[in-house]
Amino acid sequence: MTSSATKLPRRPSGRRGGVSAPNGWWALAFIAPATIGLLALYVWPFLRTVVDSFQDVPAFGPATWVGTDNYTALLHDPEFWQAFRNSALYTAIVLLGVPIAIALAALIEQVGRGRAIYRVLFFLPVVTLPVAIGMVWRFIYNGDFGLLNTVLSWVGVDGQYWVADPRFTIYAFGVVGIWMGLGINLIILGAGLTAIPKAVYEASALDGAGRVRQFFRITVPLLSPSIFFVTVLSVIGALQMFDLNFIMLRGVNNTALADSKTIVYLFYEKAFVQFHQGYGAAIAVVLLLVIMIATALQFRLQRSWVFYD
Amino acid sequence: MTESTLRRGPRRARRWHLHLILAAAAAFMVVPFAWQLLTVFKSTAEVTRIPPTILPHGWSLHAFETFFDTVPFWSMFAVSAGALVLRVGGQVVVAALAGYAFARIPFRGRGLLHGLFLAMLMVPSQLFLIGQYGLIRDLELLDTLPALAIPGLFSAFGTFLMRQAFLSMPDDYEEAARLDGANPFQVFWHIMLPMARPTVAALAVLTGLYSWNDLLWPLIVSPSGENRPLSVGLAGLQGQFGTDYPTLMAGAFVCSIPLITVFLVLQRQFFAGIAGSGIKG
Repeated sequence: MTSSATKLPRRPSGRRGGVSAPNGWWALAFIAPATIGLLALYVWPFLRTVVDSFQDVPAFGPATWVGTDNYTALLHDPEFWQAFRNSALYTAIVLLGVPIAIALAALIEQVGRGRAIYRVLFFLPVVTLPVAIGMVWRFIYNGDFGLLNTVLSWVGVDGQYWVADPRFTIYAFGVVGIWMGLGINLIILGAGLTAIPKAVYEASALDGAGRVRQFFRITVPLLSPSIFFVTVLSVIGALQMFDLNFIMLRGVNNTALADSKTIVYLFYEKAFVQFHQGYGAAIAVVLLLVIMIATALQFRLQRSWVFYD
Repeated sequence: MTESTLRRGPRRARRWHLHLILAAAAAFMVVPFAWQLLTVFKSTAEVTRIPPTILPHGWSLHAFETFFDTVPFWSMFAVSAGALVLRVGGQVVVAALAGYAFARIPFRGRGLLHGLFLAMLMVPSQLFLIGQYGLIRDLELLDTLPALAIPGLFSAFGTFLMRQAFLSMPDDYEEAARLDGANPFQVFWHIMLPMARPTVAALAVLTGLYSWNDLLWPLIVSPSGENRPLSVGLAGLQGQFGTDYPTLMAGAFVCSIPLITVFLVLQRQFFAGIAGSGIKG
């Protein structure tokens, strides 16, 4: 230890000095647990999923190489395309939660006393078991005696079987998705809002800009990095939706389930219920590609609307 | 300062509108919870009446009794809590060690290895499930507590978060400790890790939240239903009590209480954790 300290000039010794033997061994000791875990539980499973997607993997016995058969089958499987459309629609609806969150974050920011209470209330779904959330909303959406239809009947609107009728299921999920995600979005956007210098608002107020104008000309552009981050997170999260699908359509002979599966639900069903591991793996790989493309697209688009100073 | 400039004049009227909008939105957030709680005290017959009653007639505690009689709540709670403690504790230590090395100990191949961590950070978790399940099954750990926690002990995200925290620290303390003869582990454990406490708290909150709420992984590794956490047990309740809504709502309520309580106590840490991950991640 002392020798390495004397050998090297003071500053770089810790950071970018040459590789000295003691440092190397220490580094190995620090890095080994995380690296072994990463290789065994992430890198290897990832590679295995990719390889499996080109194989027929029976529940028992050896796998056989089938080339791109799983992918060909997938692309001709109406069930997969239905799941793809469902996930895309769900994601689009959840994205509507972003402007809602921006508006609410801006409003909460203006509240003096009581801000803490709003933050807590909006955050509650984030700390509630998703399974519990799914159960409660399923009950609210119940076609016969659900709260939603009751409220609608008060204003003379006909009720629907929101989660038993495949025409409405994904929209029903979407509303819950927005409701669940609001808390996280508000925290991230709120942190972005507090970082906007107050002087900017003061200057524009002196120039006679009104509240609405300030919101669109100052708040939104200066908040755009946070908005972008929230958008990317929302898309990635929505494309991986599983819990609501699993809970809200489970059991009770729900015919809507067949038409309302998301990509990850289909993956779960194929890989872990029907044990078509190769086919399931192919779905997972396609999910990865979908998420990569969606994210890359957003990074490309951000150049035209995200404002970095 | 802004406050005074912006809240002059017709401010009072606008504040009133402000609270009206926010209260409406907040009501939308709270109604499902309120409805759940009201339902718990109703009888099954009352719940399925058309149109349903808003306030319960009898304030019956029957639903709680049915829930606690048929569901091993406390053992499920213990499994959820145990998995959370194991996962959070393990991940913080493993990720902090690796993050420290990535930030502060130069070694050959560091950039390459860090690149591998970053690459895994971008892969959605579903891509790991088949392989992780195979490993857990081959180790004969299905239906055990460790199965729930093991993959989560390691996290590319956690490592990255800790690395960012250690990168931003000044060299002085480290060097002073080193000159006093502390070895790298002592420097890390006694000097640097305590300084990273805010990031450790953020990581613990995020990991804990994820561990507690997770459904897919516990579902896969608890095929027999033994040693299942709250999320899986509650999902099972849905199958068992299909339309006994008061019991289902009682279950949903009771199983949600622990984390909501922790959140209400540790609000600041939760908000900081989410915001911190946003800024750094």
